Amino acid sequence: MINFLILPILIPLITGVLLIFAAKRIMLQRWIAGLSSVITIMVSALLVQKVRNDGIQTLDVSSWEAPFGITLVSDMMSAILVLTTSIVAFACLIYSFWSIGEDREKFYYYAAFNFLIVGVNGAFTTGDIFNLFVFFEVMLMASYVLLVLGGKKAQLRESIKYILVNVISSALFVIAVAYLYSVVGTLNMAHISVRISEISQVAQPGIITVIAVLFLIVFGLKGAIFPLYFWMPGSYYAPPAPILALFGALLTKVGVYSITRTYTLFFYHDIGFTHQLLSILAIMSIIVGVIGAIAYWDVKKIIIYNIIVAVGAILFGISAMTPDALSGSIFYLVHDMIIKAALFLLAGIVIAIAGTSDLHKISGLIKRYPGLGWTFFIAALALAGIPPLSGFIGKLLIVKGGFEAEQYWGAGIVLMSSLLVLFSIMKIFINGFWGTPRAYKGEDTVPVRRMMIAPVILVAIAVLYGVGSEFVYPYISQAAETLANPNIYIEAVLKEY
Amino acid sequence: MEILMAFVIGILFMSATYLMLSKSLLRIIVGTGLLSHGAHMLILTMGGLKRGAAPLLGEHASSYSDPIPQALILTAIVISFGVTAFFLVLAYRAYQELGTDNMDRMRGTEGND
Repeated sequence: MINFLILPILIPLITGVLLIFAAKRIMLQRWIAGLSSVITIMVSALLVQKVRNDGIQTLDVSSWEAPFGITLVSDMMSAILVLTTSIVAFACLIYSFWSIGEDREKFYYYAAFNFLIVGVNGAFTTGDIFNLFVFFEVMLMASYVLLVLGGKKAQLRESIKYILVNVISSALFVIAVAYLYSVVGTLNMAHISVRISEISQVAQPGIITVIAVLFLIVFGLKGAIFPLYFWMPGSYYAPPAPILALFGALLTKVGVYSITRTYTLFFYHDIGFTHQLLSILAIMSIIVGVIGAIAYWDVKKIIIYNIIVAVGAILFGISAMTPDALSGSIFYLVHDMIIKAALFLLAGIVIAIAGTSDLHKISGLIKRYPGLGWTFFIAALALAGIPPLSGFIGKLLIVKGGFEAEQYWGAGIVLMSSLLVLFSIMKIFINGFWGTPRAYKGEDTVPVRRMMIAPVILVAIAVLYGVGSEFVYPYISQAAETLANPNIYIEAVLKEY
Repeated sequence: MEILMAFVIGILFMSATYLMLSKSLLRIIVGTGLLSHGAHMLILTMGGLKRGAAPLLGEHASSYSDPIPQALILTAIVISFGVTAFFLVLAYRAYQELGTDNMDRMRGTEGND
């Protein structure tokens, strides 16, 4: 047992608290936030290596032994996601330096930013279902602040809807935990899994299925799956690019992670019903997302709808529950976090130059900004999953797993969706970057070169992730192994229990 | 007792849903308050309403009450308290800025703000 795995939660927390006191000194804030972000990346990279060498790491907080106290658990999946979160956070942070504006920086932008990372890393790391709720709330509270910071009319209007949706889903989360507690009498995730297996020996009782669906609703609202995505296009449209990138890359993925965790650890006894439902919803998400992405002529909206497509593809892999599909899902999850952040940041630059996100009013950008154009092009190819870029391996494994699970329709739709995703994102490229160049008001004040740093780093990581998938694969398959075989997780948490 | 609590919770959820479906922002916020009250009562009931001694090692009682639901409720109350406070401030600010508290008039489309 080591205290190592709490550091990716603790470092942003302390940084956030410190930054509140330095609110008016912008340069100091940037340095503190940047440094702590780099340290978090290094710590989480070490954590990934530690999990690779020594297996699942656990920490019983205050030495209350599992299952009695709160346990933090870092298996390969959460370690990888924490690392990805730290990298995406770092990119969004340095992008913010030149784009977010002094007004926001003086009003606790960096503090709220760090608290958001606390919530996300905490949600990935915790091994206690109620603690997951608490970290969700930390994350949501920070996201409310980030969403409304700036106080424009659209932001206020959308924040109200966003908060209302999330308050309702939090209440449902509490209800679901209460039901689960009354059935199994424990909150430790590994222990819940043991208890559910005990009572599901003959068949999974109906109440467990009800709880499973309730959890799907709760996390589906956060992760924006098919019938519950309605709040997302509006709310994510309001904030500026770095915040949008942070939300799009991290917040929905926390919902996806939670569905993955609960559906592979708790509710794997009656796959016929719950996972079938999950797979139908996942496929519907893909279809709806693709329709939205094709229909809109707005840079932000197109990428926002692509989030829904990606969430659908990942959850389809989870619902298939074969080792290949699970590793494909994890592969795709990490890829999607990186590439969505990159695309949102690039879209942010396009919007900053053109002063609008309407594709009808943008054209010919590649003439003056070739670097921006080609980076966007590579990011678009990676998103669609063109080999050898990062989206390819993930989608390949998901589709392979789908065929193995005999879900031909679903796997086919995942495949077809790639083409339409490519079409939707190429629409931005063709209309925005090709054509006759236009003059835009105030484009010379945009520090394009500096703003390009973060997306270029992310796209480079995405390319390396795809090309070097041979090197990444052992890590991913270790993560998938834990998901496919919950006993590894249980034994690591409840050692002598 | 549990049956009675179930009815109370049901009524709380019912009124919360009714209030949240109305157009006035203030009613919606009151609705979210009732919703979280209902959820908290549900945790308490789901743990089982026992009449036992305090769960301390020194008390040599035959039955103890379960402390976990109470700890959970305490946490959930604090969180919903914070969120409600934030929501109220946001609603006031939105009212000042948008000049309405009617959800129908907050629909708005992109580009006209």
